[in-house]
Amino acid sequence: MTGERTRDGSLEQLKREGRIVVVGASLAGLRAAETMRDKGFTGSLTMIGDEPYEPYDRPPLSKQVLLGNAVADHTALPRRRAIDADWRLGVPATGLDMAARTVRLGNGDEVEYDRLLIATGVRARPWPNPEEAELEGVFVLRTRDDGEGLQRALAAGPRRVLVIGAGFTGSEIASACRERGLNVTVAERGEAPLVGALGAVIGRVAAEMHREHDVDLRTGVMVTALEGDPAGRVRAAHLSDGSSVEADVVVVSLGAQRNTEWLAGSGLGAGPRGIACDAGCRAFDVRGIVTDDIFVAGDVARSPHALFGYQFLSLEHWGNAVAQADTAAHNMLSESADRRPHLWVPAFWSSQFGVNIKSVGVPPMGTEIIVTQGSLSERRFAAVYGYQGRVIAAVTFDNCRWLPFYEHQIESTAPFPPPYSTVDRRPEGNKPVPADFPDPSVPTHGPTITLSGYSPADRKMTFTPGR
Amino acid sequence: MTQALLREIIDYANRANPYPLYEELRKTPVSHDGTGPYVVSTYYEIHSLLHDPRISSDSRNLKATGDDPLGESADDEGAALPPSFLKLDPPDHDRLRRMTNRPFGPPHTPHRVHDMRDELHGLVDGLIDGIATSGDLDRVDLVDQFAYPFPVTVICRLLGVPHEDEPRFHVWAETLAASLDPDPDADPAQRGKGTTDARMELGMYLAGLIEERRKNPGDDMLSQLATADGPDGAMTTMEALSTSALLLIAGHETTVNLITNGMLTLLRHPDVLQRLREEPGLSVPIVEELLRYEPPVQLLPQRTTLSDIEVAGVAIPKGASLWLVLASGNRDPKRFENPDRFDPDRKDIQHLGLGSGIHSCFGAPLARQEAQLALSELARRLVNPRLLEDPPPYRQNAVLRGPRHLPIACDGVLPKAA
Ligand SMILES: Cc1cc2nc3c(=O)[nH]c(=O)nc-3n(C[C@H](O)[C@H](O)[C@H](O)COP(=O)(O)OP(=O)(O)OC[C@H]3O[C@@H](n4cnc5c(N)ncnc54)[C@H](O)[C@@H]3O)c2cc1C
Ligand code: HEM
Repeated sequence: MTGERTRDGSLEQLKREGRIVVVGASLAGLRAAETMRDKGFTGSLTMIGDEPYEPYDRPPLSKQVLLGNAVADHTALPRRRAIDADWRLGVPATGLDMAARTVRLGNGDEVEYDRLLIATGVRARPWPNPEEAELEGVFVLRTRDDGEGLQRALAAGPRRVLVIGAGFTGSEIASACRERGLNVTVAERGEAPLVGALGAVIGRVAAEMHREHDVDLRTGVMVTALEGDPAGRVRAAHLSDGSSVEADVVVVSLGAQRNTEWLAGSGLGAGPRGIACDAGCRAFDVRGIVTDDIFVAGDVARSPHALFGYQFLSLEHWGNAVAQADTAAHNMLSESADRRPHLWVPAFWSSQFGVNIKSVGVPPMGTEIIVTQGSLSERRFAAVYGYQGRVIAAVTFDNCRWLPFYEHQIESTAPFPPPYSTVDRRPEGNKPVPADFPDPSVPTHGPTITLSGYSPADRKMTFTPGR
Repeated sequence: MTQALLREIIDYANRANPYPLYEELRKTPVSHDGTGPYVVSTYYEIHSLLHDPRISSDSRNLKATGDDPLGESADDEGAALPPSFLKLDPPDHDRLRRMTNRPFGPPHTPHRVHDMRDELHGLVDGLIDGIATSGDLDRVDLVDQFAYPFPVTVICRLLGVPHEDEPRFHVWAETLAASLDPDPDADPAQRGKGTTDARMELGMYLAGLIEERRKNPGDDMLSQLATADGPDGAMTTMEALSTSALLLIAGHETTVNLITNGMLTLLRHPDVLQRLREEPGLSVPIVEELLRYEPPVQLLPQRTTLSDIEVAGVAIPKGASLWLVLASGNRDPKRFENPDRFDPDRKDIQHLGLGSGIHSCFGAPLARQEAQLALSELARRLVNPRLLEDPPPYRQNAVLRGPRHLPIACDGVLPKAA
């Protein structure tokens, strides 16, 4: 190990008696803390979280919790090991002094650090009109309290639920409502549910799923206003097509905002798009210079990915938070030569209307799509996204056992359209079609990176200079 | 070179310990020469091929077969029945497996395997009581007296075969198993006829039972396969027939071997046996480690390429036959530390013993429960068990590898749990 080669022993000292502070005590924060202890960090560890709860898991909030199957306070994240931390829960971090290496807390305290990990994640984007957002019966869904409140509202048997926004979370909420036998309307600005994440070809399949489950799906419309009754309860919503929907529960599911306001003025490169960091999870400052004591992980991070033209990717994915936390923790306690890049291939899952949806890679980079296995109409398929003649992403509906193969195709920049045949190839799998993303973000021509090798020890990166 | 190595692996003389040959084999992750199969022996390559949609389990995709070193004995189902889902690709595979799973496991039937626990316990108790009352504890054959009868009875109970018909099932199962394991001295024609007859009789019997259950359904699996009203509907009689034959064949010899390999390994590692005696819960990690260390299915000889592919730098043409040597992958030092050590305390144990991907063992939860119960009860009740022959005599079969007999002696048999 290079640890023994340490020039001045400072790393050993950091590991022995350093002060590490984690801001954001959720998935990424907890996993990083566990990894640091695993790696032999014996110094002091402070976990700062503005929520009053110990770390809990969010994905069940839009699934089991809404069905009433799991109580929200039973979603605590499993602990992989004891972390022996000083927990500061229910207190937000309100400021950062990079020169003094201190984090300021909402209660006036200051906490000093030698290494800082920022994992403050995102929050639900609120309904833009604050008065309407205050109406009783209007919800967002990000936290345990949100989940509990919405669950109670659904259990009370509303006459109709309106879900605004048909991304993954909105679609899962609609699905849970239908499973509870509730009437539900979904209003989506795009042409179909999930278009932003998976494109319109797949979005049209999602739309069929909604309709088949008797969701009143309205696409290509915006909700323009929410209307309350004299008691301050939401009663109806007005849509851009002039129609209105009467609903006593409204769930605003319009995506997320990064929790970076507390860093304003600190000099760190943080803003509405997140905190930019390098592939080793080190945060950039506003001058574009990488810091050496501040690391970032999870939903709040924006980091360049070698496989995707070094684009800065922001991923609101559970698996990314875990992998990035692990890398950040490793790098926080390593000499520069021992640091690892965060090379996690994006992967996401969702379950809705009884279908298990999974994706790998970055579908929105895809310009074309081909169904390599199964068929869209049976809603059991694997489809591959292509970008500039290579495989860039894949999605499966109820077919996830094949995903590791496609992940490997992405890692090895396999050609698109795939030149090979597969089991269960149907006529629709003979020709790629446009993937139909509303606004494809097109990365620039750059060098190509391929990953090879299966075991972590064997993994190699091959660099091919750009054309 | 390869061909010679393959012949050695198949050679009965090496049945008791093929592992040094596998080690040799792994020096070439994908080996091939002339007309034989492409033999894949390293963990990561096998694992990725099991998740590769360019690989088919349907032998109709095989080009001219060339040399099959296993000969015709690999054909264990016979042409009389339509192919079971073991030998089908999606979508047919997925549909039939889904339909079979509906009355068997989660999400629709999460309790079936768990609810069989008391019944399995009763069977294990009875078989060990039988050893006790057989009189001769100086020579007990754990295969004939325990491991062999157990899984057939379990499948009968699962399918809902009436108890009075179980003895007939045992005879058919035995004949079919013997056909997988040709006695080199027997007259092949005679043997072939016995097998065909057994298949016919089993098929006719099951067909009759299925028709009966269609009229008077119970909560057994056969009834539910024949009458299901899920989104995929009910199976046709032919489908139900080939599926139940598959359950019988796939769940029999494999489980016998897991239990006997297990006892053999435990008797060779008395410290682990002693720990298991004191702590029955250890049977869970022991069974996982056994599935890695002595897997009952040593290799999968049925895969075919649907395209030209490249594996570990070797180009494999479309229509080629692939062998995936699970038992070798399980001992790959690139994947497992100290692979040749039997270590039930291993944390990282994603073995290939039950396959992986869409064909991964359907009966896994049941197989695990059977083996865990059998091993923990044998460990608890047999007093001072000792191997009489090491190695014991093996069956011919190189694919479903396991001892034909496992002769042991013991000083007594403790009473069953109250
Ligand atoms: C309803 C729902 C369903 C989901 N389903 C899936 C799914 O099916 N699959 C999937 O891959 N992903 C899913 N996700 C996403 C996944 O949960 C996130 O990717 C994951 O939670 C990210 O973890 P994180 O630790 O980076 O951020 P977060 O979990 O957002 O944690 C950040 C924490 O920091 C706290 N914090 C913020 N600012 C401050 C501050 N100034 N001071 C102190 N603390 C602060 C926050 O309150 C929060 O507790 C879902 C998310 C939600 C909300
Ligand atoms: C210890 C015992 C067992 C072992 C080691 C074992 C091993 C395996 C393996 C390796 C496969 C994969 C075959 C392939 O990929 O081609 C498989 C498939 C299968 N097994 Fe098992 N098995 C065991 C017990 C059982 C039992 C008890 C049952 C029945 C109840 C069963 C039913 C099946 C079926 C139906 C398949 C085919 C699955 C498919 O094609 O989708 N097995 N088994």
